[in-house]
Amino acid sequence: MSTIAHDDHHDHKPTGLKRWFFSTNHKDIGTLYLIFALTMFFIGGAMAMIIRAELFQPGLQFVDPQFYNSMVTVHALIMIFGAVMPAGVGLANWMIPLMIGAPDMALPRMNNMSFWILPFAFALLLSTLFMDGGAPAGGWTMYPPLVLQTGDAFPFLIFAVHFLGISSIMGAINIIATVFNMRAPGMTLMQMPLFVWTWVITSFLLIASLPVLAGGVTMLLTDKYFGTSFFDAAGGGDPVLFQHIFWFFGHPEVYILALPAFGIVSQIIPAFARKPLFGYASMVYATASIAILSFFVWAHHMFTVGLPIKGELFFMYATMLIAVPTGVKVFNWIATMWKGSMTFETPMLFSVAFVILFTIGGFSGLMLGITPVDFQYHDTYFVVAHFHYVLLTGAIFALMAAAYYWLPKWTGNMYDERLGKIHFWLSLISSNVLFFPQHFLGLAGMPRRIPDYNIQFADFNMISSIGGFAYGITQLLFVYIVIKCAMGGKKARARSWDGAKGLEWEVPSPAPFHTFETPPKLTKKVLESLY
Amino acid sequence: MATQEIYYIPEGSKWPIVGTLSLFVTFLGGAMMFNSVDAGKYVLIIGLALLTYMFAGWFADVIAESIAGKYSKQVDVSFRMGMGWFILSEVMFFAAFFGALYYARMFSIPWLSGEGQGGHNGTHEFLWSSFQASWPMNVMPDPAKYTQYKDVVPAFGVPAINTALLLASGVTVTFAHWALKKANRTALSAWLFATVALGFIFVYFQAGEYAHAMNDLDLTINGGIYGSTFYLLTGFHGFHVTMGAVMLAVILFRSLKGHFSKKDHFAFEAVAWYWHFVDVVWLGLFIFVYWI
Amino acid sequence: MKGISKLKSSLQKLVLALFFMPLSAMADWALNMRQGVTPISQEIYQMHMVTLWVVTVIGILVFGVMFWSIFHHRKSKGAKASKFSHSTTVEIIWTIIPTAIIISLAIPATKLLIKMDDTSESAITVKATGSQWKWKYDYLDGVGEGITIFSSLDAKSKEISQRDSGLDPMDHVNYLRDVDEPIVLPINTKIRILTTSQDVIHAWWLPDLGWKRDAIPGFINDNWAVIEKTGTYRGKCTEICGAGHGYMPIVLKAVSMQDYTAWVDEKKIAQAASKNTSNIVLNMEELMTKGEAVYKAQCLVCHQANGEGLKGAFPSIVGSPVAVEADNRMRHNQQIIYGKGLMPAFGEQLSDVDIASVVSFTRNAWGNNTGDIIQAKEVAEARKAAKVIK
Ligand code: HEA
Ligand code: HEA
Ligand code: HEC
Ligand code: CUA
Ligand SMILES: [Cu+2]
Repeated sequence: MSTIAHDDHHDHKPTGLKRWFFSTNHKDIGTLYLIFALTMFFIGGAMAMIIRAELFQPGLQFVDPQFYNSMVTVHALIMIFGAVMPAGVGLANWMIPLMIGAPDMALPRMNNMSFWILPFAFALLLSTLFMDGGAPAGGWTMYPPLVLQTGDAFPFLIFAVHFLGISSIMGAINIIATVFNMRAPGMTLMQMPLFVWTWVITSFLLIASLPVLAGGVTMLLTDKYFGTSFFDAAGGGDPVLFQHIFWFFGHPEVYILALPAFGIVSQIIPAFARKPLFGYASMVYATASIAILSFFVWAHHMFTVGLPIKGELFFMYATMLIAVPTGVKVFNWIATMWKGSMTFETPMLFSVAFVILFTIGGFSGLMLGITPVDFQYHDTYFVVAHFHYVLLTGAIFALMAAAYYWLPKWTGNMYDERLGKIHFWLSLISSNVLFFPQHFLGLAGMPRRIPDYNIQFADFNMISSIGGFAYGITQLLFVYIVIKCAMGGKKARARSWDGAKGLEWEVPSPAPFHTFETPPKLTKKVLESLY
Repeated sequence: MATQEIYYIPEGSKWPIVGTLSLFVTFLGGAMMFNSVDAGKYVLIIGLALLTYMFAGWFADVIAESIAGKYSKQVDVSFRMGMGWFILSEVMFFAAFFGALYYARMFSIPWLSGEGQGGHNGTHEFLWSSFQASWPMNVMPDPAKYTQYKDVVPAFGVPAINTALLLASGVTVTFAHWALKKANRTALSAWLFATVALGFIFVYFQAGEYAHAMNDLDLTINGGIYGSTFYLLTGFHGFHVTMGAVMLAVILFRSLKGHFSKKDHFAFEAVAWYWHFVDVVWLGLFIFVYWI
Repeated sequence: MKGISKLKSSLQKLVLALFFMPLSAMADWALNMRQGVTPISQEIYQMHMVTLWVVTVIGILVFGVMFWSIFHHRKSKGAKASKFSHSTTVEIIWTIIPTAIIISLAIPATKLLIKMDDTSESAITVKATGSQWKWKYDYLDGVGEGITIFSSLDAKSKEISQRDSGLDPMDHVNYLRDVDEPIVLPINTKIRILTTSQDVIHAWWLPDLGWKRDAIPGFINDNWAVIEKTGTYRGKCTEICGAGHGYMPIVLKAVSMQDYTAWVDEKKIAQAASKNTSNIVLNMEELMTKGEAVYKAQCLVCHQANGEGLKGAFPSIVGSPVAVEADNRMRHNQQIIYGKGLMPAFGEQLSDVDIASVVSFTRNAWGNNTGDIIQAKEVAEARKAAKVIK
């Protein structure tokens, strides 16, 4: 592989604050993204701990109902916009240029701005916790008219959403330009690693859906301050119009969270099964189908608003249809494992758990998609269980897998495998104790977004809270493992995992500050050895 | 697909973080103003000033690098993709407002007035029994809450003239591009000047139309869903035209300084694309807001 | 140590739940959806069970294959990796089979949905209007026409639910599931239920009827039910509607047609009587007792048991100029009659004597010792006087 090995003799980097604030380096920016995401995961997680503490027993113990609602709202906004999305973009920043043999992202300065917007946007959002009337408390879905009752926090909420939107759109544009314009000569689209594919498609989703949300919240702003009546029947509008706009964004958004996770798992499973990914082409087409379909299912979040029956039927069919391409992906992962030669290091453990638990979340999703039955499930803990399965044991598990998989490449050291395994098993058990009982709570009739409940729900809530605390504490172990790995440990080889394939493993570990300043030569032979 | 040339990776730059800060200060100022904090407007002004400073500085850097010949063909392609996808995101932003207009006309107004019952049996009967559908909708379901207007702006008055102006400006900017490709600097500047002029005349007419609508017709943003969609759509469009015209003016200035060559004039093209986009949005507006 | 024994029983249930999930999912042990008491709710339950079984079987098959592979195709067992990477045949198969499964689920779902959509030929129509945070029921059509009921959380739950109330929710079986006045409906009759709202979006959900519907301000949704069994059915508001969202239960009493007509007659007489109370005169003590009851029922959710409200959301009544200054009596009365900002209007719901007592109460409780006595007559006058509340 000497043809593409890197010459790292002039590995000069800027130093001090300038390095981070003025950065145009995809690896530094990627690192910033990842650290930021982890920080936000803890802040959002701390809020979840407040939620779980309040729900530990019936009765109000710790917080007032209004504050509880704020916690739910801000928890969700932080987890989605602050933890999962930035973590995904961070991985994209770090890995896509390495995977396609590019020297950096296509628009490096804009890349810096996409990142630095995030802390400022969350400063706007989090400052509302200290305002008159408290932080936004209408749920992350921001439905009017309730959200219009928000106090001083209201314009901050709206502008934070605008700000985050700007960041994500710039990030998405950058990724698209990088992938379409910066691939090493000789790499066709259908030779790109699947992670790159999922990110291109995710970027399309971002560009097409986030501006719509921006438009929607702009209308909230004008309804509150300028006397428009988009969401007020008295002036000919309709509160439900906002829900259509929100979910036109919101459903693609959940795939924005899920597709990069699919990409990660599609890198890791072949590596540890030591076998090529099964059905590469069908994976690409399935991802694209999911993305396209995701724009036609939004009203499955609104089955109870009183849509005309034709609409309900259409959205039910479209929703159920998504199970097909998603199923193709699941089957492909399993076929990749089939007749492989598998080992189970931490990244693989998280990936296998992802496949199972995401599928369970998908199953409950399918149940929710059946309109008449959703009349019973909607806005109960059954939904909460569904989306935490796809988000926590789905997206977050995949992100954890990615962290373990690429940590050697980032730091040059192997992480502590024993601790990694402990982290995995504790996370696996506690997250299921946390969220599985919520299915029962929902079916038994516990609505979501309530701070207090009848004693009939007491048992499962207590169990769920215990799982929650256990899961939270376990994540401290993850931080320890990452820090320990960054500080030192067994030196990692360039190809840190013996089954791992792809250009990122052709550069040394840790990856030097500059890589692929001259494009790698991808002869047919090299390419074959890569995929 | 990549070429073999070395790709230009800019050194660290202060502009992105200045840009971030300026946006932050702008948003902060705006939010303070909405909360009736007096200092808000000063914060907002500082933010906008910073924003202008950032744009000027950032583009100056890019122009300098471009003139210094640091950019390869590939960098040019990245810029083109960036601009193209940015415009798509703008299209989707307007789609939200067009969607609202469509929804009001196809769903909420019919439901409120008892047409096409859909899932809302009884809405008209029990809540708004005196409300009748019409478009432009002048009698609100709750007349006490929203202002009535005397009339709406007819399509075939100033809006039609404005349509002609914008379409003409689309043509002149294309002529300018052809002139540029032939390296005919005089023609380039002349056509560009015509485009900028048409843009600003459009804005001027639009402003006059607004004044007329508000003062003489009592048509305000508080005029129910008609006033809401009318002002939000035309307002955001007008804002985009203004930005586009300013950008065109900068391009005119730069072409007078001889920045563009026959082959290498991405900035010109980007602005031209943007201008065409603004043009197309106007056509949508003319048809759906003013005409039908 | 109650907490510990609670914990123990919870853990036992957890173990049970994890190991016997498929089994216990069938038992009616608050683990599964309720079958309900209408034909529709039972069909929904069936549909739910079918889907649950379908996905369970798919899960067992898919995960089964996966675990088989995990156990047998591992390196430590000496497995050598094959090289295959696609097979058009199996890929087509595993696209077609899920599609077929989905179609076979969609067909019965479609039929059921169409059935649910038909609200025609109902005998009784009730309109449920949500507001922060109670339900109002207007009987619009059929037997009982003209009755109006306001239904909010029962006083006992309200008290227990206060933070630091020192009361144990475990002592109240129907904690947060009871209301002061339930809606009453006859069985075996097609009832059409309209939902709408006065302020924000709420949702009206009775699990035993098999559906929930959003209550949207300015719009009306309709749905229907034929209840087949007498009994008391409980549900909740299921759309976040502010701080009191968790405190907005729904209780429906289903009775035989005979009992229903008897209830209607009684209710109509009572309603007529409560309309005309402006001549009632009470002494201070009576006003305070009655006022406290009204306060607990109507005001406590927002202004709290100690009258101090919640900072940032609901103002304190203790020491509030409206409630202590002598020349604010008119304002005080009208504040209750018309509401203001986020505070709902109570004029329609409370009789003159109710308002008189709650105003008297708030002007004298928690150290607001004004000594003011407000009689029903003054409230009746406040209703007629010009509005001083904006
Ligand atoms: C990562 C995020 C993510 C993902 C991937 C999904 C995936 C899916 N979701 Fe989920 N969803 C959310 C995040 C996500 N969701 C969130 C956050 C909410 C709540 C928002 C809020 O209200 O706050 C929500 C809510 C939600 C609702 C609204 C519920 C309600 O409020 O009443 C519905 C209804 O249809 C739904 C459906 C689905 C479906 C059908 C899928 C499908 O994509 C799943 C497909 C996968 C499978 C089915 C499993 C694998 C397939 C096979 C093994 C093949 C064979 C299978 C069959 C033939 C069945 N989701
Ligand atoms: C990616 C998205 C994501 C993630 C990762 C999570 C993670 C978690 N969520 Fe979240 N959640 C949402 C997205 C997410 N959630 C959304 C969209 C909603 C809907 C909001 C709405 O209704 O508007 C929601 C709502 C929601 C609810 C419902 C509230 C309600 O309806 O009333 C609950 C309740 O249990 C909950 C719990 C948790 C818990 C315990 C975790 C845990 O996994 C968190 C674990 C992480 C940590 C705990 C941090 C790490 C540790 C520390 C901070 C150290 C300290 C530890 C201790 C003191 C123990 N979430
Ligand atoms: C849904 C919540 C809610 C309920 C229920 C409610 N209030 Fe209020 N109340 C408010 C809010 C909000 C205000 C502040 C209104 C404003 O000024 O905009 C208020 C204001 C008041 C004030 C004036 C206080 C001041 O200083 O301005 C009084 C007195 C009062 N309420 C009494 C009552 C009484 C008596 C009841 C019961 C019959 C009641 N409220 C029920 C929310 C509520
Ligand atoms: Cu009413 Cu929730
Ligand atoms: Cu969805």
